Parts: sequence; structure tokens; C-alpha cells
Amino acid sequence: MTIVKPACRAAVLSRWALAFGALALGFALAGPLWSAEAPKPKAQDWSFNGLFGTFDRAAQQRGFQVYKEVCSVCHSLNQVAYRNLSALGYNEDQVKAIAASVEMQGGPNEAGEMFIRKGKPFDKFKNPFPNENAARAANNGAFPPDLSVMTKARPHGADYLYALLTNYQDEPPKGVKLAEGMFYNKYFPGAQIAMVPPLAADAVEYQDGTKATVAQMAKDVTTFLAWAAEPELEERKSMGRSVILFLLVLTALLYALKRKIWSDLH
Amino acid sequence: MTAPSEPPPASSTKGKPGIIEQAKDWIDYRMPIFTFMEHELNEYPTPKNLNYWWNFGSLAGIVLVIMIVTGIVLAMNYTPHVDHAFDSVERIMRDVNYGWLIRYVHMNGASMFFLVVYIHIFRGLYFGSYKPPRELLWWLGIVILLLMMMTSFMGYVLPWGQMSFWGATVITNLFSAIPLIGDAIVTWLWGGFSVGNPTLQRFFSLHYLLPFVIIGVVFLHLWALHTHGSNNPLGIDRKSAKDSIPFHPYYTIKDLYGLGVFLIFYMGIVFFAPNALGEAENYVPANPLLTPLEIVPEWYLLPYYAILRSVPDIAIPFTGIVLMEAKLAGVIAMFGSILILFALPWLDWSPVRSARFRPITKQLFWIFVVVCVVLGWVGANKPEGWPLIIGRIGTAYYFAYFLVLMPLLAKFEKTRPLPESISEPVLRDRGESGE
Repeated sequence: MTIVKPACRAAVLSRWALAFGALALGFALAGPLWSAEAPKPKAQDWSFNGLFGTFDRAAQQRGFQVYKEVCSVCHSLNQVAYRNLSALGYNEDQVKAIAASVEMQGGPNEAGEMFIRKGKPFDKFKNPFPNENAARAANNGAFPPDLSVMTKARPHGADYLYALLTNYQDEPPKGVKLAEGMFYNKYFPGAQIAMVPPLAADAVEYQDGTKATVAQMAKDVTTFLAWAAEPELEERKSMGRSVILFLLVLTALLYALKRKIWSDLH
Repeated sequence: MTAPSEPPPASSTKGKPGIIEQAKDWIDYRMPIFTFMEHELNEYPTPKNLNYWWNFGSLAGIVLVIMIVTGIVLAMNYTPHVDHAFDSVERIMRDVNYGWLIRYVHMNGASMFFLVVYIHIFRGLYFGSYKPPRELLWWLGIVILLLMMMTSFMGYVLPWGQMSFWGATVITNLFSAIPLIGDAIVTWLWGGFSVGNPTLQRFFSLHYLLPFVIIGVVFLHLWALHTHGSNNPLGIDRKSAKDSIPFHPYYTIKDLYGLGVFLIFYMGIVFFAPNALGEAENYVPANPLLTPLEIVPEWYLLPYYAILRSVPDIAIPFTGIVLMEAKLAGVIAMFGSILILFALPWLDWSPVRSARFRPITKQLFWIFVVVCVVLGWVGANKPEGWPLIIGRIGTAYYFAYFLVLMPLLAKFEKTRPLPESISEPVLRDRGESGE
């Protein structure tokens, strides 16, 4: 029996084909059923995609500007500190200046009093609201979520964020009645979002002369937020390439050794 | 583990034994640990025909070690408190040196652990590794699986994201299905009247404890294994010395090669798609006031989740009398789907171990594998429409495979003739690959 006949091989193969076919079918079906709520956002060609992905520094800096001048009015970025901005290419003095542009509560001092001081590089990004209730009160009852890990916290991450920012519709489709204070955006689960369309052409003035279209700003701020969510990404991918290369060589050597050691058996 | 009966002779190496040799002999005479290691790891006789499906046991052991080492480091930086847990994990990701690496290795290590253990279990199923004299070995393996499920569930709660919180709520609530005392048990598990800080703290404590319990059971598992040795793809016992080869160097190098291949896969995920296997929702901090649209467990628990949600009310037809609520029936089915594995050696009493010689068993086994994968897909979907129907069919097959098909096959299946010995077919056809 031990000689594997062609028919038997075919049977083995067909079983594997069946197993993988079912697996593939499962994943193929899983997609549409999962995302029945909102359409799948179009995949964008991000600089940080792929094995060799890095963040586009210029886009990161522009995106930071968009966050600072637009998003940060309502959205916090609790996990990121001003000192982290050095990763965007800012030097020490620039980081200090950025931090100093906000006022933080300090203290208590020796007299036991709290005081207002300028921000320092070690401070986390200043929260626009003192607490959730204040945020809701200022936003028609809605709570603008923290953006620190936003691209990891939504399916399709950066693609979703970009699609959301660029796909507000002035008029909802016929038959859809918007609740008061809501806006229509088909990429938001339920399609009704409380966030006012945040980007309008020339909402910011880029220092590098890039034209501030809605698409450009959306792309830039998404790049910035992708970095905020995964500041380790560049180091991770670069280390990963070395690790995989090392493992490939090691495994090839181990295979050769295995062949050699087993060759004296019969 | 027998003690040497007389003081050991001078080491066999030429000339005077070195200081290290002397120290080794001194220790070994008092506690024969080196003799034991030599016997169990070096000369340990192993069937010569093991295929690559036999790599997954040692892989599971290595992943367990990786999980414990990374887990201990994570615990040094993690804060088990509802107000700080999420932020402390983000601090690990951002400010702890290589914290992101340690966490991603640990997080994806859970998936890898289940992946290799599931392959290990399916291999045991296919080649009949649960049959005499390996029933206790099989049982200990199921105990390890149960401990792994508890550990991974509690570990998933620790980052205190939305899926952590709501997963904990759903799973602990299952115990409320127990009649009369269910609600009291749930309150006791929570340490309060909902999933909260006491729950998180006890889960952290148990998540740290259970892996060491797993190590203990792994040692028992290995003890049982080394008593009769590995099963093999032919499922026949070794008859002569020709059928065995020493574990070292043959299987040490084969396991190392397999480890290399496995690490390429594992590290590929860690470095290039670290969040691909997880739910995005768990990067949203836990919010007891906001239920996620869909509460789903990690992929490795989805088939059980599908079984849980596939079971309807058990009722007497046409009378409307419900004998058992769907919830309780589902919980029983879910736990039953694992516990049934304990009975396997007696549900399948065919003396032929390997499915290679059991043509029908072989086919039904592969259908079983596909059913398990499909149940995983069902578990990821809402229990309505097609997923519910497919889930019910899958659940029915899952139990029928063990309770009906196996006993019938044991009685009626015409098995193919077994080879004389392991070395006979190996000698005749070296080129045969594993199935």
C-alpha cells in the first residue's frame, strides 16, 4: 500500500483543494456579509503601505497642520506627546515652539496653587475639552472620539478615514431622512454622522505651496493620523525585513543540515 | 528515571575526566538529571517514519515559551485597572523600548499557538493518536486546550478595548444559563454586578497563573508521550530496533527546520500585518454604555461561538412546550463540543489507528476539517439567514461525526491491510511523502 498510486495522489490533492476551496469561499462570503452596513472604502496608494513603506514626511507635516488647525478644535490626540513630533522631521527648537503654543495647567506650586504655563515637549497633546460632558455640550450631544489610534480602530483604517473625509454628500439620497444636526456620509456606519464636514477647499494654507484641496488635506491628515496610531511602523518594517531575511537564510541552512543528517538513513 | 546502582565510572572520554565531567557525574549520581536528559532528549527512540505533521507538538511547546517570556515582560508594564489598562497598553506600544515588538509577538502568538495546536489535534485525529495506549496522553492534550482557551479569553480582556469588555460580558453571561444558581455564579465571577474593575484584576491574575498550570500539564503530556513513544503515520507499533531512530539528531534537526519555516510565517505577521488577525474594535477603549454592532471572539474561538449560537430552543414538536431554552442548550453544545473529545478513544474503537488504512474514515475526516473551518466563518457572522442554516448543518455534522459516524465506522468499515512493520514500507519506498 505504501506506494502512492497516481489515483491516490489525485485524491489527496482533491481533498486539499476541497479544504482550501471551502476556506476561500468562506473568506469571499465573509467580506460582503460583514460590511453590509457601509461600502468598502477604495484602497489608496499610501506611502506607508507594503514591505518598504515609510511615511511621507512632507505629507505628515502638512497633515499635522490640518490636524492642528482643523481637527484639534474638537478631537483629542491623547496618546501622542509633542516630543513625538520630532519623528516628522521637526528639530528640537521647532518641537519646543509647537509645544509652547498651547497653554497647560501646571502645579501645584510651593504655595499649593495651580497655574497656567506654556506647553513643554513632554506634554501630551492638549485635549480640546476638559471632559466628555463639555465635549458633548459643545457638539450637539455627540462625542468627538480621540484620534490617537483611529486608523487601527476602524476596519480598513487609513482607507476608511480618507473615504469618510472625502465623501460627504450635500443632499442625502431620496427616501433618506436625516436626523437633526446630522450629515449624510455613506462610509459612516448607518450613513448619518454628527461631524460637520470638516474640510473645505483652502481651509488651511500650506507653507510648501501645495494646493489645499479637500482630497489633498484628507490624504495628508490621514497620513499624519496613521503615524500617530503606528509611530513604530517604519522601524517595524525595517526590522521585519532583516528578521525575515535572516530567517530565510537560517531556515535554508537548517534544511540543508536536515538533508545531510537524514541522508545516512535508509 | 532509575538511579544508577553504583557510582558512575570515570567518564568514557580518554584520559582524566575534566572538572566539568566530574561535576556532572557528581550531580548525576545524586540526582540522575543528566541521565534522564540523555535518555529522554538524545537517545529517546522515535519511529523513523514521522512526517512533518509531527512537527507541531514541539512548535506548540516553543510558542508556549515565547508567550510566557513576552507575557512576563508585558506584565511589568501593564496596569490592570479599568481607568489605566488601555492607556498602559498604548504606553507599551509607544514608550517602552521595543514594547510594540513584545506586544505584537504576544498578541499574534496567541493566534499562532492555537493554529499549531489545532493542526496538532487534527493530526492526532487523522492518525488515531488517541487510541490505546495513548488515551491519557490525548486527555492531557484536551486539558491543555481547555486551559489555553481560558487563558486566551482572559488575556484578550486585558487591553480593555470594546471587544475586551463586551466579549467578557457575553462569555461570563453564558454561566447565567445554568438553572437556579446561574445568576449568582455570574455575579461571583464578575466580583460585582457587571464586568468591572474586580473582573479585570482577577482576569489579570488568572491570566498570569494559568500558563504555568499549562506548563505542568505539558510535562504530564510529555511523560505520557515518552512512556509509549510517538504514534506514526502508519499507526502500527514499532516491532524491532530497525523501526526507531534516536530523537537526536534526527528529529531535533527536523524540528528546528520546521521551526524556521514557522517563524518566517509568524514573524511575517508580527512585522507586516500585526493587526490583521484582530478586531479593529478593540482599539476603541471599553465603553459599558455603548454595545458594538457585532460582538465576535478571536478567530480561534469562532467555531465554538458558531455552535453556541446555532442551537435553537429544544421543544416538543407541535406542542410549543420548550424543554430547554436555546441559551442553555447552546452552552451545553459548546462545552460538549470539546468535552466529547475525551470520549474519543471509546467512540472509535477500531484497532486500526491510521486513517491511511481506513478509506471512509479518511473522507469523513476531511469533511470534518472543512466543517470546522466553515463553522469558523459562521461564527463571524450574525446568526441569521444562510450563516444560521449552515451553522446548524455544521453543528449537526460535528456531533454526528463523533457520536454516530465513528462508532459505525469502527464496526463496519473495511480497513486495508496493515504493513508488516514500519521499516518494511520505509525500505521499500523512501520517497513517500506524508499525507
